[in-house]
Amino acid sequence: MAAVVGVVVFPGSNCELDVVEAIRSLGGEGRLLWHGDTSLGGADAVVLPGGFAHGDYLRPGAIARFSPVMQAVHEHAAAGGPVVGICNGFQVLCEAGLLPGALQKNAGLKFLCRPVSLRVEAGGTALTTGVGTGTELTIPINHFEGNFTCEPETLAELRADDRIVLRYVDNPNGSVDDIAGICSTGRNVVGLMPHPERASHPLLGSTDGVPLLRSLLVTAAALTA
Amino acid sequence: MQFSVLVETRLREGIADPEGATIERSLPALGFDGVSGVRVGKCFRFTIESGDEAGARAEVDDMCKRFLANPVIEDATVTLETGGAA
Repeated sequence: MAAVVGVVVFPGSNCELDVVEAIRSLGGEGRLLWHGDTSLGGADAVVLPGGFAHGDYLRPGAIARFSPVMQAVHEHAAAGGPVVGICNGFQVLCEAGLLPGALQKNAGLKFLCRPVSLRVEAGGTALTTGVGTGTELTIPINHFEGNFTCEPETLAELRADDRIVLRYVDNPNGSVDDIAGICSTGRNVVGLMPHPERASHPLLGSTDGVPLLRSLLVTAAALTA
Repeated sequence: MQFSVLVETRLREGIADPEGATIERSLPALGFDGVSGVRVGKCFRFTIESGDEAGARAEVDDMCKRFLANPVIEDATVTLETGGAA
């Protein structure tokens, strides 16, 4: 049975259909969830997609974390279920306390929209199971507030626990320690600024997002097996 | 009692403020020399009902911690005044 990936639609999300399509193209079932839902409807994994949830009012993710569906996302994460936040979704996960740190404005104050080179730094996460560390991937970024920052102690923990999942090869936004993506202590919650769903078909110019999304399907299926 | 509240949030000291830095670099072009330490933030004005000032302040502090500011990167200062809309 195909793993079911629930993709949460907040008012202002705009990458949900890209994620659903990418999941479908890899043999999974992508299903849209509304932010007002109080359950994940039996999804094996959850993706919080990119966009501008609740207009990014106050701060990106600051209001989305109060959406009713987030309680179910918290419970899914606590039970070890895969949860992935892409771009705005990463910002939501940080504001919700599911991941540490925060994403602030890019160092150069530019909105960045271009493919970047990433290095996979940690395996065994919801996004990097079966993806070798050291693998370089070219995946687009599309953000204004992707400059990851955190307390020095948090950074030390992330390093010590091998929770820095992806690093930029050439840091585009000023992120501390070149961080492009991190994971939770349980390695099942992953947030990243790049958009793997936009690198999931040759027509899109890159298929480098495929190993990451395939990992999500594999970890989702493993839980239901 | 009603209190008028002013909450100001700004990036914490030590957190780079690219917006403030850009404004600071632009000022000399308009002839404003000698400006330093520009920090950009937000402000919120509202009124709140509470039994006393300490209660109002405690509630606003909690609001800042949990919602108005992100403590990872931002500081908040609260100014309270007795009376209606600020």
